[in-house]
Amino acid sequence: MKRRIYGLETEFGIIWTPDVAHRKTLTVQNVVMYLFREIVAGRMYPDVFLENGARFYQDIGCHPEYATPECDDVAELVAHDKAGERIITRLASTAERRMRNDGFYGKISIFKNNLDTPGNTYGCHENYLMERHVDFRQLASQLIPFFVTRQVFAGAGKIKPSHRGYYAISQRAEHIREEISIGTTTARGIINTRDEPHADREKYRRLHVIVGDSNMSEFSTFLKVGTTGIILRMIEDNFIQQRFALRNPVKAIRDISDDVTCKHPIELQNGKRLSAVELQWQYLECAKRYLEQAESDATTTQIMARWEYVLTCLESDPMQLDRELDWVIKWKWLQTYLSKRGFEWDAPQVKHLDLKYHNVRQEESLYYTLENRSEVERIVKNEQIRHAEHFPPERTRAKFRGKFIKKVNEGKILCGVNWSYIQLYEPYQILYLSTDPFKPEFDEASRTIYSI
Amino acid sequence: MSTEKQQEHLNRHVDETEDMQPDVGNGEMDEAFVEDLDTLLDEIDEILEEDSQEFVENYIQRGGQ
Repeated sequence: MKRRIYGLETEFGIIWTPDVAHRKTLTVQNVVMYLFREIVAGRMYPDVFLENGARFYQDIGCHPEYATPECDDVAELVAHDKAGERIITRLASTAERRMRNDGFYGKISIFKNNLDTPGNTYGCHENYLMERHVDFRQLASQLIPFFVTRQVFAGAGKIKPSHRGYYAISQRAEHIREEISIGTTTARGIINTRDEPHADREKYRRLHVIVGDSNMSEFSTFLKVGTTGIILRMIEDNFIQQRFALRNPVKAIRDISDDVTCKHPIELQNGKRLSAVELQWQYLECAKRYLEQAESDATTTQIMARWEYVLTCLESDPMQLDRELDWVIKWKWLQTYLSKRGFEWDAPQVKHLDLKYHNVRQEESLYYTLENRSEVERIVKNEQIRHAEHFPPERTRAKFRGKFIKKVNEGKILCGVNWSYIQLYEPYQILYLSTDPFKPEFDEASRTIYSI
Repeated sequence: MSTEKQQEHLNRHVDETEDMQPDVGNGEMDEAFVEDLDTLLDEIDEILEEDSQEFVENYIQRGGQ
Protein backbone atom coordinates (compact mmCIF):
# COMPACT_ATOMS: atom_id res chain seq x y z
CA MET A 1 0.00 0.00 0.00
CA LYS A 2 0.99 3.58 -0.42
CA ARG A 3 2.95 4.98 2.50
CA ARG A 4 1.14 6.90 5.18
CA ILE A 5 2.32 8.91 8.19
CA TYR A 6 0.96 7.61 11.51
CA GLY A 7 1.34 9.02 14.99
CA LEU A 8 -0.07 8.31 18.45
CA GLU A 9 -0.45 10.77 21.31
CA THR A 10 -1.01 9.37 24.78
CA GLU A 11 -2.09 11.34 27.82
CA PHE A 12 -1.04 9.51 30.96
CA GLY A 13 -2.79 9.52 34.31
CA ILE A 14 -0.44 10.14 37.22
CA ILE A 15 -0.64 9.86 40.99
CA TRP A 16 1.77 10.06 43.89
CA THR A 17 1.40 7.73 46.87
CA PRO A 18 3.42 8.77 49.92
CA ASP A 19 5.04 6.08 52.08
CA VAL A 20 2.90 5.22 55.07
CA ALA A 21 5.53 6.49 57.53
CA HIS A 22 5.87 9.91 55.91
CA ARG A 23 2.44 11.00 54.77
CA LYS A 24 3.67 14.18 53.14
CA THR A 25 1.35 14.86 50.22
CA LEU A 26 2.08 16.38 46.84
CA THR A 27 -0.30 17.73 44.22
CA VAL A 28 -0.42 16.18 40.75
CA GLN A 29 1.03 19.45 39.41
CA ASN A 30 4.06 19.11 41.68
CA VAL A 31 4.59 15.49 40.73
CA VAL A 32 4.46 16.37 37.04
CA MET A 33 7.03 19.12 37.62
CA TYR A 34 9.38 16.60 39.19
CA LEU A 35 8.76 14.25 36.30
CA PHE A 36 9.79 16.83 33.72
CA ARG A 37 12.69 18.33 35.64
CA GLU A 38 15.30 16.05 34.11
CA ILE A 39 14.51 16.92 30.52
CA VAL A 40 13.35 20.54 30.59
CA ALA A 41 16.32 22.16 32.31
CA GLY A 42 16.21 25.89 31.71
CA ARG A 43 12.95 25.91 29.78
CA MET A 44 9.89 27.98 30.54
CA TYR A 45 7.37 25.26 29.80
CA PRO A 46 7.52 21.45 29.98
CA ASP A 47 7.44 20.77 26.25
CA VAL A 48 10.37 19.09 24.51
CA PHE A 49 11.27 17.02 21.47
CA LEU A 50 13.46 14.00 22.14
CA GLU A 51 16.32 12.34 20.26
CA ASN A 52 13.96 9.73 18.86
CA GLY A 53 11.91 12.50 17.24
CA ALA A 54 9.02 12.25 19.71
CA ARG A 55 7.46 15.11 21.67
CA PHE A 56 6.97 14.91 25.41
CA TYR A 57 5.00 17.65 27.14
CA GLN A 58 2.48 18.61 29.75
CA ASP A 59 -0.98 18.75 28.30
CA ILE A 60 -4.34 20.17 29.41
CA GLY A 61 -5.32 18.93 32.86
CA CYS A 62 -1.74 18.31 34.03
CA HIS A 63 -1.34 15.10 32.06
CA PRO A 64 2.11 14.17 30.82
CA GLU A 65 1.71 13.40 27.13
CA TYR A 66 3.91 11.47 24.76
CA ALA A 67 3.51 11.96 21.02
CA THR A 68 5.36 9.43 18.89
CA PRO A 69 7.50 10.60 16.01
CA GLU A 70 6.08 10.27 12.51
CA CYS A 71 6.10 6.58 11.52
CA ASP A 72 5.27 5.13 8.11
CA ASP A 73 4.80 1.56 9.33
CA VAL A 74 2.26 0.37 11.91
CA ALA A 75 4.58 -2.13 13.64
CA GLU A 76 7.20 0.60 13.96
CA LEU A 77 4.51 2.82 15.46
CA VAL A 78 3.76 0.15 18.07
CA ALA A 79 7.45 0.11 19.04
CA HIS A 80 7.49 3.91 19.35
CA ASP A 81 4.30 3.92 21.38
CA LYS A 82 5.84 1.41 23.78
CA ALA A 83 9.10 3.43 23.82
CA GLY A 84 7.07 6.32 25.25
CA GLU A 85 5.99 4.12 28.17
CA ARG A 86 9.60 3.16 28.86
CA ILE A 87 10.79 6.78 28.71
CA ILE A 88 8.16 8.03 31.14
CA THR A 89 8.93 5.09 33.43
CA ARG A 90 12.61 6.09 33.57
CA LEU A 91 11.67 9.69 34.26
CA ALA A 92 9.45 8.56 37.12
CA SER A 93 12.33 6.67 38.76
CA THR A 94 14.58 9.72 38.50
CA ALA A 95 11.80 11.96 39.82
CA GLU A 96 11.31 9.70 42.85
CA ARG A 97 15.01 9.99 43.69
CA ARG A 98 14.85 13.78 43.48
CA MET A 99 11.74 13.80 45.60
CA ARG A 100 13.40 11.69 48.28
CA ASN A 101 16.27 14.19 48.35
CA ASP A 102 13.66 16.88 48.99
CA GLY A 103 12.08 14.85 51.79
CA PHE A 104 9.16 13.34 49.87
CA TYR A 105 9.16 9.56 50.19
CA GLY A 106 6.76 7.59 48.08
CA LYS A 107 5.85 6.22 44.71
CA ILE A 108 4.66 7.61 41.39
CA SER A 109 2.10 5.54 39.48
CA ILE A 110 1.54 6.23 35.81
CA PHE A 111 -1.49 4.87 34.01
CA LYS A 112 -2.02 4.43 30.30
CA ASN A 113 -5.80 4.34 30.45
CA ASN A 114 -8.59 6.85 29.90
CA LEU A 115 -10.46 7.17 33.18
CA ASP A 116 -9.84 8.14 36.78
CA THR A 117 -12.02 6.93 39.66
CA PRO A 118 -14.76 9.62 39.48
CA GLY A 119 -14.87 9.23 35.67
CA ASN A 120 -12.77 12.13 34.33
CA THR A 121 -11.34 11.14 30.98
CA TYR A 122 -8.09 11.74 29.11
CA GLY A 123 -7.23 10.50 25.69
CA CYS A 124 -5.15 8.55 23.26
CA HIS A 125 -5.27 10.32 19.92
CA GLU A 126 -4.41 8.69 16.65
CA ASN A 127 -3.14 10.74 13.75
CA TYR A 128 -3.28 9.78 10.11
CA LEU A 129 -1.93 11.93 7.31
CA MET A 130 -4.50 11.83 4.50
CA GLU A 131 -4.82 13.02 0.98
CA ARG A 132 -6.50 16.42 0.89
CA HIS A 133 -8.76 15.68 -2.08
CA VAL A 134 -11.15 13.48 -0.06
CA ASP A 135 -14.53 15.06 0.60
CA PHE A 136 -14.84 15.42 4.36
CA ARG A 137 -18.55 14.58 4.54
CA GLN A 138 -17.93 11.37 2.64
CA LEU A 139 -14.94 10.58 4.83
CA ALA A 140 -17.02 11.08 7.98
CA SER A 141 -19.98 9.04 6.77
CA GLN A 142 -17.79 6.06 5.81
CA LEU A 143 -15.67 6.24 8.94
CA ILE A 144 -18.33 6.69 11.62
CA PRO A 145 -19.71 3.11 11.45
CA PHE A 146 -16.14 1.80 11.46
CA PHE A 147 -15.14 3.83 14.52
CA VAL A 148 -18.34 2.91 16.34
CA THR A 149 -17.69 -0.81 15.86
CA ARG A 150 -13.89 -1.25 15.95
CA GLN A 151 -13.96 -1.10 19.77
CA VAL A 152 -14.72 -4.84 19.74
CA PHE A 153 -11.01 -5.32 19.15
CA ALA A 154 -9.59 -1.92 20.16
CA GLY A 155 -11.38 -1.35 23.49
CA ALA A 156 -9.37 -1.33 26.71
CA GLY A 157 -12.15 -2.64 28.96
CA LYS A 158 -13.89 -0.85 31.81
CA ILE A 159 -15.16 -2.07 35.15
CA LYS A 160 -18.72 -1.19 36.05
CA PRO A 161 -20.60 -1.73 39.30
CA SER A 162 -22.37 -5.09 39.35
CA HIS A 163 -25.82 -3.47 39.27
CA ARG A 164 -24.86 -1.65 36.07
CA GLY A 165 -23.62 -4.70 34.21
CA TYR A 166 -20.11 -5.50 35.55
CA TYR A 167 -17.98 -4.71 32.53
CA ALA A 168 -17.88 -2.67 29.34
CA ILE A 169 -15.66 -2.96 26.28
CA SER A 170 -14.55 0.65 25.94
CA GLN A 171 -13.38 3.38 28.30
CA ARG A 172 -14.08 6.26 25.95
CA ALA A 173 -17.47 5.23 24.55
CA GLU A 174 -19.59 6.95 27.15
CA HIS A 175 -17.62 10.20 26.76
CA ILE A 176 -18.50 10.51 23.09
CA ARG A 177 -21.40 12.91 22.69
CA GLU A 178 -21.45 13.96 19.02
CA GLU A 179 -21.05 12.46 15.58
CA ILE A 180 -18.76 15.20 14.34
CA SER A 181 -17.21 17.95 16.44
CA ILE A 182 -14.08 20.01 16.92
CA GLY A 183 -14.14 19.69 20.71
CA THR A 184 -11.67 17.50 22.55
CA THR A 185 -12.50 18.35 26.17
CA THR A 186 -16.30 18.53 26.00
CA ALA A 187 -18.77 17.35 23.36
CA ARG A 188 -16.21 14.92 21.98
CA GLY A 189 -17.12 13.55 18.57
CA ILE A 190 -16.77 10.19 16.85
CA ILE A 191 -15.08 12.28 14.19
CA ASN A 192 -12.89 15.13 15.36
CA THR A 193 -12.34 17.90 12.84
CA ARG A 194 -8.96 19.19 14.03
CA ASP A 195 -6.90 19.48 10.89
CA GLU A 196 -3.29 20.54 11.45
CA PRO A 197 -1.35 18.47 8.94
CA HIS A 198 2.08 19.93 9.87
CA ALA A 199 2.71 19.45 6.17
CA ASP A 200 1.71 20.88 2.79
CA ARG A 201 -1.95 21.81 3.34
CA GLU A 202 -2.70 21.69 -0.38
CA LYS A 203 -1.78 18.01 -0.52
CA TYR A 204 -2.58 16.69 2.94
CA ARG A 205 -5.06 16.80 5.75
CA ARG A 206 -4.64 15.31 9.18
CA LEU A 207 -7.23 12.97 10.60
CA HIS A 208 -7.12 13.41 14.36
CA VAL A 209 -8.96 10.51 15.99
CA ILE A 210 -10.02 10.93 19.62
CA VAL A 211 -12.67 8.23 19.89
CA GLY A 212 -10.35 5.34 20.78
CA ASP A 213 -9.02 3.94 24.06
CA SER A 214 -5.38 3.83 25.12
CA ASN A 215 -4.03 0.33 24.64
CA MET A 216 -1.55 -1.69 26.65
CA SER A 217 -1.76 -4.65 24.26
CA GLU A 218 0.55 -4.30 21.28
CA PHE A 219 -1.86 -6.46 19.35
CA SER A 220 -4.78 -4.08 20.01
CA THR A 221 -2.74 -1.01 19.00
CA PHE A 222 -1.48 -2.74 15.86
CA LEU A 223 -4.97 -3.74 14.80
CA LYS A 224 -6.62 -0.43 15.76
CA VAL A 225 -4.22 1.70 13.72
CA GLY A 226 -3.63 -0.87 11.00
CA THR A 227 -7.26 -1.47 10.11
CA THR A 228 -7.99 2.26 10.24
CA GLY A 229 -5.12 2.88 7.81
CA ILE A 230 -6.57 0.35 5.36
CA ILE A 231 -10.07 1.87 5.61
CA LEU A 232 -8.64 5.34 4.96
CA ARG A 233 -6.80 4.10 1.88
CA MET A 234 -10.03 2.68 0.50
CA ILE A 235 -11.80 5.96 1.15
CA GLU A 236 -9.01 7.93 -0.53
CA ASP A 237 -9.30 5.65 -3.54
CA ASN A 238 -13.08 5.99 -3.49
CA PHE A 239 -13.43 2.21 -3.23
CA ILE A 240 -16.15 1.78 -0.58
CA GLN A 241 -19.51 1.63 -2.30
CA GLN A 242 -21.71 0.18 0.44
CA ARG A 243 -23.56 2.47 2.80
CA PHE A 244 -23.20 1.44 6.43
CA ALA A 245 -24.72 4.64 7.86
CA LEU A 246 -26.09 4.04 11.36
CA ARG A 247 -29.38 5.39 12.62
CA ASN A 248 -27.90 6.66 15.89
CA PRO A 249 -24.10 6.32 16.03
CA VAL A 250 -23.68 7.96 19.46
CA LYS A 251 -26.15 5.56 21.04
CA ALA A 252 -24.66 2.64 19.09
CA ILE A 253 -21.13 3.26 20.38
CA ARG A 254 -22.42 2.97 23.96
CA ASP A 255 -24.67 0.00 23.28
CA ILE A 256 -21.81 -1.91 21.68
CA SER A 257 -19.49 -1.04 24.55
CA ASP A 258 -22.05 -2.33 27.04
CA ASP A 259 -22.40 -5.73 25.38
CA VAL A 260 -19.48 -8.06 26.10
CA THR A 261 -21.04 -10.82 24.00
CA CYS A 262 -20.55 -8.59 20.92
CA LYS A 263 -23.93 -9.72 19.61
CA HIS A 264 -26.07 -6.62 20.19
CA PRO A 265 -27.66 -5.60 16.89
CA ILE A 266 -27.42 -1.95 15.89
CA GLU A 267 -29.73 -0.27 13.48
CA LEU A 268 -28.59 1.07 10.14
CA GLN A 269 -30.33 3.92 8.36
CA ASN A 270 -31.62 1.48 5.76
CA GLY A 271 -33.45 -0.42 8.51
CA LYS A 272 -31.08 -3.40 8.61
CA ARG A 273 -29.78 -4.55 11.97
CA LEU A 274 -26.22 -5.82 12.28
CA SER A 275 -23.93 -6.58 15.21
CA ALA A 276 -20.61 -4.73 15.53
CA VAL A 277 -18.80 -7.89 14.44
CA GLU A 278 -21.03 -8.32 11.39
CA LEU A 279 -20.40 -4.72 10.40
CA GLN A 280 -16.66 -5.24 10.81
CA TRP A 281 -16.90 -8.31 8.55
CA GLN A 282 -18.40 -6.07 5.87
CA TYR A 283 -15.44 -3.70 6.11
CA LEU A 284 -13.02 -6.65 6.09
CA GLU A 285 -14.62 -8.20 3.00
CA CYS A 286 -14.45 -4.82 1.29
CA ALA A 287 -10.75 -4.53 2.21
CA LYS A 288 -10.09 -8.00 0.79
CA ARG A 289 -11.65 -6.98 -2.52
CA TYR A 290 -9.66 -3.77 -2.46
CA LEU A 291 -6.37 -5.60 -1.92
CA GLU A 292 -7.09 -7.95 -4.81
CA GLN A 293 -6.53 -4.99 -7.11
CA ALA A 294 -4.28 -2.70 -5.03
CA GLU A 295 -0.67 -3.08 -4.05
CA SER A 296 -0.19 -4.68 -0.62
CA ASP A 297 2.86 -5.09 1.64
CA ALA A 298 4.03 -7.34 4.49
CA THR A 299 2.51 -5.25 7.30
CA THR A 300 -0.83 -4.97 5.51
CA THR A 301 -0.91 -8.74 5.05
CA GLN A 302 -0.32 -9.20 8.79
CA ILE A 303 -3.04 -6.70 9.66
CA MET A 304 -5.54 -8.44 7.37
CA ALA A 305 -4.76 -11.89 8.79
CA ARG A 306 -5.12 -10.72 12.39
CA TRP A 307 -8.28 -8.78 11.62
CA GLU A 308 -9.90 -11.88 10.15
CA TYR A 309 -8.71 -14.08 13.02
CA VAL A 310 -10.11 -11.67 15.58
CA LEU A 311 -13.52 -11.36 13.92
CA THR A 312 -13.75 -15.14 13.61
CA CYS A 313 -13.09 -15.55 17.34
CA LEU A 314 -15.36 -12.67 18.38
CA GLU A 315 -18.18 -14.27 16.46
CA SER A 316 -18.03 -17.55 18.40
CA ASP A 317 -16.62 -16.54 21.79
CA PRO A 318 -14.74 -13.31 22.57
CA MET A 319 -13.01 -15.00 25.53
CA GLN A 320 -10.83 -16.86 23.02
CA LEU A 321 -8.96 -13.59 22.58
CA ASP A 322 -7.64 -13.52 26.14
CA ARG A 323 -4.05 -13.18 24.90
CA GLU A 324 -4.70 -10.58 22.22
CA LEU A 325 -7.23 -7.90 23.09
CA ASP A 326 -6.93 -5.55 26.05
CA TRP A 327 -10.56 -5.72 27.08
CA VAL A 328 -10.58 -9.52 27.06
CA ILE A 329 -7.16 -10.01 28.68
CA LYS A 330 -8.07 -7.68 31.52
CA TRP A 331 -11.50 -9.18 32.01
CA LYS A 332 -10.16 -12.72 32.14
CA TRP A 333 -7.53 -11.89 34.75
CA LEU A 334 -9.84 -9.78 36.89
CA GLN A 335 -12.28 -12.68 36.99
CA THR A 336 -9.58 -15.25 37.65
CA TYR A 337 -8.05 -13.21 40.44
CA LEU A 338 -11.26 -12.38 42.24
CA SER A 339 -12.61 -15.90 42.04
CA LYS A 340 -9.34 -17.41 43.36
CA ARG A 341 -9.02 -14.83 46.11
CA GLY A 342 -12.68 -14.72 47.02
CA PHE A 343 -13.41 -11.05 46.27
CA GLU A 344 -16.79 -9.73 45.20
CA TRP A 345 -16.91 -7.87 41.89
CA ASP A 346 -17.57 -4.53 43.63
CA ALA A 347 -14.62 -4.90 46.03
CA PRO A 348 -12.00 -2.12 45.91
CA GLN A 349 -9.35 -4.74 45.09
CA VAL A 350 -10.98 -5.34 41.72
CA LYS A 351 -11.02 -1.62 40.84
CA HIS A 352 -7.45 -1.39 42.07
CA LEU A 353 -6.39 -4.26 39.84
CA ASP A 354 -8.21 -2.71 36.90
CA LEU A 355 -6.06 0.42 37.33
CA LYS A 356 -2.93 -1.64 37.77
CA TYR A 357 -3.48 -3.34 34.44
CA HIS A 358 -2.69 0.04 32.90
CA ASN A 359 0.31 0.94 35.05
CA VAL A 360 3.27 1.45 32.72
CA ARG A 361 5.80 0.84 35.50
CA GLN A 362 6.39 -2.82 34.88
CA GLU A 363 6.96 -4.03 38.44
CA GLU A 364 3.62 -2.47 39.44
CA SER A 365 1.62 -3.52 36.42
CA LEU A 366 -0.86 -6.32 35.82
CA TYR A 367 -0.35 -6.05 32.06
CA TYR A 368 3.43 -6.41 32.39
CA THR A 369 3.15 -9.20 34.93
CA LEU A 370 1.22 -11.07 32.24
CA GLU A 371 3.60 -10.05 29.47
CA ASN A 372 6.62 -11.22 31.45
CA ARG A 373 4.95 -14.60 31.87
CA SER A 374 4.16 -14.81 28.15
CA GLU A 375 0.42 -14.58 28.75
CA VAL A 376 -0.09 -11.96 26.01
CA GLU A 377 0.70 -11.84 22.30
CA ARG A 378 3.37 -9.41 21.16
CA ILE A 379 3.87 -7.51 17.93
CA VAL A 380 7.38 -6.15 18.46
CA LYS A 381 10.49 -7.34 20.28
CA ASN A 382 11.97 -5.64 23.33
CA GLU A 383 15.07 -4.74 21.28
CA GLN A 384 12.89 -2.82 18.82
CA ILE A 385 11.35 -0.87 21.69
CA ARG A 386 14.75 -0.14 23.20
CA HIS A 387 15.96 1.09 19.83
CA ALA A 388 12.90 3.31 19.44
CA GLU A 389 13.62 4.94 22.80
CA HIS A 390 16.79 6.46 21.35
CA PHE A 391 16.51 6.50 17.58
CA PRO A 392 13.95 8.09 15.27
CA PRO A 393 12.26 6.24 12.40
CA GLU A 394 14.56 6.11 9.38
CA ARG A 395 12.11 6.91 6.61
CA THR A 396 10.33 10.05 7.84
CA ARG A 397 11.44 13.57 8.69
CA ALA A 398 11.63 12.49 12.34
CA LYS A 399 15.08 11.15 11.40
CA PHE A 400 16.26 14.63 10.63
CA ARG A 401 14.67 16.14 13.73
CA GLY A 402 16.26 13.46 15.91
CA LYS A 403 19.71 14.34 14.60
CA PHE A 404 19.21 18.00 15.45
CA ILE A 405 17.96 17.22 18.94
CA LYS A 406 21.00 15.06 19.53
CA LYS A 407 23.28 17.98 18.67
CA VAL A 408 21.24 20.21 20.96
CA ASN A 409 21.52 17.74 23.81
CA GLU A 410 25.26 17.52 23.25
CA GLY A 411 25.37 21.30 23.70
CA LYS A 412 26.65 21.91 20.16
CA ILE A 413 23.76 24.02 18.88
CA LEU A 414 20.74 25.95 20.07
CA CYS A 415 17.52 25.60 18.20
CA GLY A 416 13.76 25.80 18.38
CA VAL A 417 11.96 22.71 17.10
CA ASN A 418 8.45 21.86 16.01
CA TRP A 419 6.93 19.09 13.89
CA SER A 420 7.46 20.98 10.64
CA TYR A 421 10.36 23.31 11.30
CA ILE A 422 13.73 23.67 12.93
CA GLN A 423 14.97 27.11 13.80
CA LEU A 424 18.71 27.14 14.30
CA TYR A 425 19.73 30.03 16.56
CA GLU A 426 23.04 31.93 16.81
CA PRO A 427 25.48 31.78 15.18
CA TYR A 428 23.70 30.04 12.29
CA GLN A 429 20.32 31.82 12.23
CA ILE A 430 18.64 29.48 9.76
CA LEU A 431 15.04 28.32 9.56
CA TYR A 432 14.37 24.91 8.03
CA LEU A 433 10.81 24.22 7.04
CA SER A 434 9.58 20.77 6.11
CA THR A 435 6.28 20.42 4.32
CA ASP A 436 6.96 16.80 3.37
CA PRO A 437 6.98 14.44 6.37
CA PHE A 438 7.86 11.48 4.12
CA LYS A 439 11.28 12.97 3.42
CA PRO A 440 13.87 11.97 6.03
CA GLU A 441 16.39 14.64 5.02
CA PHE A 442 16.25 18.32 4.12
CA ASP A 443 19.08 18.58 1.60
CA GLU A 444 20.37 21.95 2.61
CA ALA A 445 19.91 21.41 6.31
CA SER A 446 21.54 18.00 6.15
CA ARG A 447 24.73 19.63 4.92
CA THR A 448 24.63 22.01 7.86
CA ILE A 449 23.98 19.33 10.46
CA TYR A 450 26.82 17.15 9.20
CA SER A 451 29.18 20.10 9.32
CA ILE A 452 28.47 20.87 13.00
CA MET B 1 2.60 -47.04 3.29
CA SER B 2 4.92 -44.07 2.70
CA THR B 3 7.10 -42.83 5.57
CA GLU B 4 5.01 -39.67 5.79
CA LYS B 5 1.78 -41.62 6.00
CA GLN B 6 3.27 -43.97 8.58
CA GLN B 7 4.27 -41.00 10.68
CA GLU B 8 0.81 -39.54 10.37
CA HIS B 9 -0.73 -42.87 11.32
CA LEU B 10 1.60 -43.13 14.28
CA ASN B 11 0.72 -39.62 15.42
CA ARG B 12 -2.96 -40.37 15.21
CA HIS B 13 -2.41 -43.57 17.15
CA VAL B 14 -0.54 -41.70 19.88
CA ASP B 15 -3.29 -39.08 20.00
CA GLU B 16 -5.91 -41.76 20.38
CA THR B 17 -3.94 -43.49 23.11
CA GLU B 18 -3.66 -40.23 24.98
CA ASP B 19 -7.34 -39.64 24.54
CA MET B 20 -8.07 -42.95 26.14
CA GLN B 21 -5.83 -42.28 29.13
CA PRO B 22 -6.38 -38.61 29.87
CA ASP B 23 -5.62 -38.93 33.56
CA VAL B 24 -1.93 -39.71 33.17
CA GLY B 25 -0.79 -37.11 30.61
CA ASN B 26 -3.18 -34.29 31.44
CA GLY B 27 -2.91 -34.80 35.17
CA GLU B 28 0.77 -33.81 35.13
CA MET B 29 0.03 -30.86 32.89
CA ASP B 30 -2.73 -29.68 35.18
CA GLU B 31 -0.37 -29.73 38.12
CA ALA B 32 2.19 -27.60 36.30
CA PHE B 33 -0.59 -25.29 35.17
CA VAL B 34 -1.98 -24.87 38.66
CA GLU B 35 1.49 -24.18 40.02
CA ASP B 36 2.07 -21.52 37.34
CA LEU B 37 -1.26 -19.96 38.06
CA ASP B 38 -0.55 -19.87 41.79
CA THR B 39 2.77 -18.12 41.21
CA LEU B 40 1.07 -15.62 38.95
CA LEU B 41 -1.66 -14.94 41.50
CA ASP B 42 1.02 -14.41 44.14
CA GLU B 43 2.67 -11.88 41.87
CA ILE B 44 -0.66 -10.12 41.45
CA ASP B 45 -1.06 -10.04 45.24
CA GLU B 46 2.25 -8.20 45.36
CA ILE B 47 1.20 -5.47 42.95
CA LEU B 48 -1.88 -4.87 45.08
CA GLU B 49 0.18 -4.33 48.20
CA GLU B 50 -1.10 -0.90 49.20
CA ASP B 51 -4.57 -0.18 50.59
CA SER B 52 -6.92 -0.72 47.65
CA GLN B 53 -9.77 1.42 48.97
CA GLU B 54 -7.49 4.39 49.61
CA PHE B 55 -5.59 4.04 46.36
CA VAL B 56 -8.73 3.91 44.25
CA GLU B 57 -10.35 6.83 46.08
CA ASN B 58 -7.25 8.99 45.68
CA TYR B 59 -6.95 8.43 41.97
CA ILE B 60 -8.42 11.69 40.74
CA GLN B 61 -7.24 13.53 37.64
CA ARG B 62 -8.36 16.81 36.17
CA GLY B 63 -9.21 15.13 32.91
CA GLY B 64 -7.70 15.96 29.55
CA GLN B 65 -8.61 15.86 25.91
